Amino acid sequence: MTTLVERPDLVSPDGPRRPGEPVEIGQHPAHHEGPTGLLKWLTSTDHKVIGLSYMITSLVLFFIAGIMALVIRSQLMDPHGTLVSFQTYNELFTMHGSIMMYLFAGPFAFGGLANYVVPLQVGAPDMAFPRLNALSYWLYLSGSITMLLGFFVAGGAADFGWVAYAPLSEAVNSPGAGADLWIVALALTGFSAIFTGVNLVATIFYLRAPGMTMFRMPIFTWNMLVTAILILIAFPVLFAALLLLFCDRHFGTHIFTVQGGGVPVLWQNLFWFFGHPEVYILALPFFGIVTDVIPVFSRKPVFGYRGMVFATMTIAALSTGVWAHHMFTTGVVLLPFFSAMSYAIAVPTGIKFFNWIGTMWRGQITYRTPMLFSVGFLLCFIFGGVTGVLLASPPIDFMVHDTYFVVAHFHQVLVATAVFAGFAGFYFWYPKMFGRMLREGLGKLHFWFLFIGFWVTYTPQYVLGLWGMPRRVASYPVDAGWTTLNIVSSIGAFILGFSFLFFLINVFVSWRKPVPAGSNPWDGHGLEWFTTSPPPHHNYTHLPPIRSERPTWDYNHPEHRTLLTHKGPTGPGGGAGSPGGGAPTEPDPVGAR
Amino acid sequence: MRIEARLLIVIGVFFAIIGVIYWYTSYEDSGTVMLAAAAILGLLPGGYYLWWSNRMRPRPSDDPEASIGEGSGTIGTFPGSSIWPFVMGMGAFFVGLSFVFGIWFVPVAAGLLVSAAIGATVESRRGGMV
Repeated sequence: MTTLVERPDLVSPDGPRRPGEPVEIGQHPAHHEGPTGLLKWLTSTDHKVIGLSYMITSLVLFFIAGIMALVIRSQLMDPHGTLVSFQTYNELFTMHGSIMMYLFAGPFAFGGLANYVVPLQVGAPDMAFPRLNALSYWLYLSGSITMLLGFFVAGGAADFGWVAYAPLSEAVNSPGAGADLWIVALALTGFSAIFTGVNLVATIFYLRAPGMTMFRMPIFTWNMLVTAILILIAFPVLFAALLLLFCDRHFGTHIFTVQGGGVPVLWQNLFWFFGHPEVYILALPFFGIVTDVIPVFSRKPVFGYRGMVFATMTIAALSTGVWAHHMFTTGVVLLPFFSAMSYAIAVPTGIKFFNWIGTMWRGQITYRTPMLFSVGFLLCFIFGGVTGVLLASPPIDFMVHDTYFVVAHFHQVLVATAVFAGFAGFYFWYPKMFGRMLREGLGKLHFWFLFIGFWVTYTPQYVLGLWGMPRRVASYPVDAGWTTLNIVSSIGAFILGFSFLFFLINVFVSWRKPVPAGSNPWDGHGLEWFTTSPPPHHNYTHLPPIRSERPTWDYNHPEHRTLLTHKGPTGPGGGAGSPGGGAPTEPDPVGAR
Repeated sequence: MRIEARLLIVIGVFFAIIGVIYWYTSYEDSGTVMLAAAAILGLLPGGYYLWWSNRMRPRPSDDPEASIGEGSGTIGTFPGSSIWPFVMGMGAFFVGLSFVFGIWFVPVAAGLLVSAAIGATVESRRGGMV
């Protein structure tokens, strides 16, 4: 049960060994004999167990919220839909949005994948604060349960949309325990996110392996670092806003009510100061996944490494200065400032697209499932991104604000990142997590149904929005001419939902009939592919020399070592811009062998 | 350590600049306060890291030529498994529920939180051999 971490044992006397070689149990300094089964789940502080718990919980919540989305779409197939009452409809779209935003997309990335992968990628034995890490999971789980409890109390779940605009969310307009449960749930998951953010920053700053300088970290780790800092900026504001809202509801303050001299728009200011960075908290990890997947399946180093890092930082920095572009129609915000800042975000995002395409350019591309999902992400995200640029223009925003145009825009952005890129990461790292492969055929079926469903669902919604269909309505006029496109969109939603059956079958098949993956099934680049699959307790018994941002590749292909080294800004070499000459910069990068 | 420090300081400086621009173009309070707080969030730890990075030798993880063996030594001791995060999480859960369902949840929550705090502290004092 102990976890004394002693680095000498990471290097065996005869140097590092080939990945995939069996490791003698006795060589591991502290052979782990912890509890198993339910007790393991309750007590483990291992980042891998916690990461998997996070991932499984968030996927269950994803399916729950996905079923809600299908109910919503079924209701809208008929102009006078009678599948659910208006009240239930309001609860459903609120819970769908809240679960997808707060409980799936974020935790799946920074609680699940990042928790599992970041310590592996930097060569750390665990997260910096293992018990804090476990606490974040329990806060996340209790927050999720609290939010779902809303359906079981009198008055039903929260029904004011995932943004909870005051004064709609005040006690007068939303009485009942459901709204309070929603507030408490967000407070709990907010703290879980803050703790995970602290943990990620500390892990990345303090537990990197020797030679793993900041500018050699994989882009996924970089993006998680920036995401963690964004979490620390954004989530405390959300908590403050929730606290004020709770005081308004129960303690008689009038912070967001006009009657008592309060300012309702203050809620929007506070919420969107959290909410827009939150959008990038949901996007940046998935950009990182794609940036890790594409080079592996193009068999090239990532193009423009430093450009990617600086683009990530620029996106994050700008994202905290654009919050009021959600509030253009309130009439009390500074339009030029927020419009200009929002346009500016398109530049670093464009740099990222350029670099992703540059990475694939003249590479030896193999369309395995993770690569397919990554390319799908590029195609889907560009459309959501470009319509986002349209919305940054106040005159266009005035016209389509709160219509289905906006719905289509953010669904395309978020489904492209959280689902396409998220599942790219899942298919990519699944062999590392479980030591077994997922089936290629089923994975490709999953992709194609998802891809077709995506476009059939959201393209009609753009048109509906331009025709004036407002969002968050449970019925609409028969003579408005919106019926056909709504039916098309609903059919697309069912295709999209259907695609996940292939995913579940795929997981089931790999569970019943495992195909061993080996330590490095994709010929990967990052450090995580050096250890066994699944990694042993404390991750590494040996480490390769780290001389570039893809140490495992360098070790496995000494004849094709990465020639470009990424030193710090003051170091020699000058980074990715300089070709670094033809010769390797180290006398013997695999010296110990 | 230097790059970490610079990263945080750049964030702080960025928010300071944006905050000033925002204040002088909008005169809006809440956004300015939040941007100022974000600037402090970058500058405070960034300054601390910078202060330290001038007083310490580069760590092996900052050295591009470091070999794996240079990272020898104990990084830290952690309990391999611990029930106290779960207990503390449930304590926080009950605190949350007490806001909705009534004050009678508070004794349960307090019991869980206090026992978790004591348990985790004792566990840490015993060190890694828990």
